[in-house]
Amino acid sequence: MDPTSIGWLTLPLAILAGAIRVSTPFIFVSLGECITEKSGRINLGLEGNLVLGAMAAYAVSYLTGSPWLGVLVAGIAGMLFGTLHGLLCSVRRVNDTAIGISLMVLGTGLAFFWGKPFIEPKAPSLPTIGLGFWSDIPQIRSALEINALFFLGIALAFALQVVFTRTGWGLMLRTVGDSEDAARALGFKVRTVRILATSAGGFLAGVGGSFLSLSYPGSWSEGLSSGQGIMAVALVIFARWNPIRALWASLLFGGAGAIGPALQGMGVTGFYYLFNAAPYFLTLVIMIASTSRAQPFTDAPGELSLHR
Amino acid sequence: MRAITLDLVGMTKRFGSLTALDAVSLKVRAGSVHALLGENGAGKSTLVKCLVGFHQPDDGSILVDGKPQAIATPKDADTLGIGMVYQHFTLVPSMTVAENLVASQARLPAYIDWGANLARLRSLLSTMPFHIPLDVRASQLSAGEKQKAELIKQLYLGRRLLILDEPTSVLTPDEAKEVLGFVRQLTDTGALSVILITHKFDEVTRYADDVTILRKGAACRTGRVQDLSTTEMAEAMIGHALERKDARTRTATGTAPLLSIERLTAIGDIGLPAVKEVSLKVHRSEIVGVAGVSGNGQKELVEALMGQRERTGRIEVSGSEFSGSRRQLADLGVYGLPQEPLRNACVPRMSLKENMALRNFDRPPIARSVFVDWKALAAQAVALVGKFRVKASGLDAEMNTLSGGNVQRAVLARELTNDVRVLIASNPTFGLDFKACEETHDRIVNARNNGAAVLLLSEDLDELFDLADRIVVMSEGSLVYEVETASATKQIVGQHMAGAH
Repeated sequence: MDPTSIGWLTLPLAILAGAIRVSTPFIFVSLGECITEKSGRINLGLEGNLVLGAMAAYAVSYLTGSPWLGVLVAGIAGMLFGTLHGLLCSVRRVNDTAIGISLMVLGTGLAFFWGKPFIEPKAPSLPTIGLGFWSDIPQIRSALEINALFFLGIALAFALQVVFTRTGWGLMLRTVGDSEDAARALGFKVRTVRILATSAGGFLAGVGGSFLSLSYPGSWSEGLSSGQGIMAVALVIFARWNPIRALWASLLFGGAGAIGPALQGMGVTGFYYLFNAAPYFLTLVIMIASTSRAQPFTDAPGELSLHR
Repeated sequence: MRAITLDLVGMTKRFGSLTALDAVSLKVRAGSVHALLGENGAGKSTLVKCLVGFHQPDDGSILVDGKPQAIATPKDADTLGIGMVYQHFTLVPSMTVAENLVASQARLPAYIDWGANLARLRSLLSTMPFHIPLDVRASQLSAGEKQKAELIKQLYLGRRLLILDEPTSVLTPDEAKEVLGFVRQLTDTGALSVILITHKFDEVTRYADDVTILRKGAACRTGRVQDLSTTEMAEAMIGHALERKDARTRTATGTAPLLSIERLTAIGDIGLPAVKEVSLKVHRSEIVGVAGVSGNGQKELVEALMGQRERTGRIEVSGSEFSGSRRQLADLGVYGLPQEPLRNACVPRMSLKENMALRNFDRPPIARSVFVDWKALAAQAVALVGKFRVKASGLDAEMNTLSGGNVQRAVLARELTNDVRVLIASNPTFGLDFKACEETHDRIVNARNNGAAVLLLSEDLDELFDLADRIVVMSEGSLVYEVETASATKQIVGQHMAGAH
């Protein structure tokens, strides 16, 4: 027997590594969507921000040689796109769902258009942190090479929870999202808060996109995203608008997404595409389970149009 | 004295061609309760919304302690110490009471030290005569608790003038006494001046020092409460002398149950049972009144009865099973008077004559095979409009251009001219003016005298005591108390509404 073989442990290890890798964009996009939805608006266009962010990050990293600058620019690109959503939805009688879907198409289209010249070249990737130093087994070491953005995402989830419950801004955001009447009576600027919340959500979605193109091995292509931006919306509902739960839900989705590749890595190639569909199937099941009429839905922000 | 003296001089507000406020002047003395009386649309809300910065008056001035002040936003009102408890509560439903209180501060803290805040809130609460749990979500409070929480919020913000907009409309008589009594106590000590918007005369006589009566946007009467009789106030409010109302004649109640409900259970919007095992019989020529604080399952009960909501249990009309299909509604003679008739009984953008035919456009004589006979449809509308004196610019006028009273007349005409065997009315006079109210009451009693079984759900106890033969109380989805109106007292009915059973 090969001494470096770890036998059946390969599968859970591959799923764990995959979960961490796949979940990182989910974490950022869902936390961003969490902020936006807490303000009473839904942005279905985050897929556009994600792809745009991925393209911008890769391009900037290639042109400047600094992946972190790429992350920042991805965030700014996402934020601009989020602001556009926020402003458009502030026009009377404009529906946030419809705007979101059209911005999703616009965002991916722009990314493909501007991203053409960057498909070939190789840009520097984001650094990883090796948590497998204690082990001599190469599989474990490589599985635990974890991207720095993942840790940033975890920190962000806890930070957001603090913002929502323990700061004046958080209370203002929740007031605006839950009851427009109350917010107006208290003198909050409802529209401004919502635009800012959508911008912030867009920023995080852009950062999530940068992970797609800048994590090892890192490349920009048009097939980079597989709908993470859309699934993040479902994920936020599943997480009941709580950042910590959104973190766990992201890991769960990531794990589901990693089943297919992990099995393939072990040589199980039958049903490859079926296993790859696991996250989408999970999305369906979760949506049905969490939006059933028989389930009390008290956590939903009251002004959210998907709930009205 | 902390309380504010407030002078309003010549307040005028126009919305397009409509003058909502016409040079209204009034004075609120420091430490007094000033009642604002008037029918719906008389301008009470417009006036106070100018005071809290929601509207800008076109003309007139606001003097606080003698100094003219411009109130452009709610923040300005807040700085002056003016606050309002709205009729539709402005607590954030998913936040706890404590979070709601903290979020309402003028300057939001960057970081919230919950330990210190909770301690401060608890010490504030200990000075109040009633208790509110701080760590419960606002959505889980009862209407009465919400009202108290709103009041506490305003006091927490250090108000010196407080506007109460129909504060007792969702309260039981005991709760109303508790809340208004506390307010009265605060004004007596000079901590607060109060503007009390109401339409209940007994609240004016019991709790207010001064009263201003608004009609069609103008202050038509103002003065000390002790100098005015209730009749004078009522006449000033409706603009003409009260007609002496004869006691309505009533025929004897029959013995055959026309509407019989057995173990009816229905699930509410958030997925929990809103109507729990309700059983009730309504007989021929009987009005059964359902009393209850709003939100105790009345809406769901009506929807389940009319086939608009899924339910379990058995409903029989005249002995045959009823599920609310269109055919059954017509065959069994089941009709309804919902609250907000424009929204719930009409199609606002369809014409008056089309709305008049919503019940029978698919039956002869109006239906001819698959076609609608427009002449017959118009003829029916002409007859009904004439008989019920519906005023509109024409039969083709869109329903939403009619005034509230005329919408109600049109609905009464449509629902009550046929052979009514079961009538389900839910807050049928909500938001109507005095005259339309009286008319609706007369028509309901008339339908009863003609042999209909009437189920009348109302949040207005006076209306129930006035009309019903028998009163049942609905609380948390169940019927908890039943009494013949002749031997009922408001006090006891109110206590059951509040959940004391």
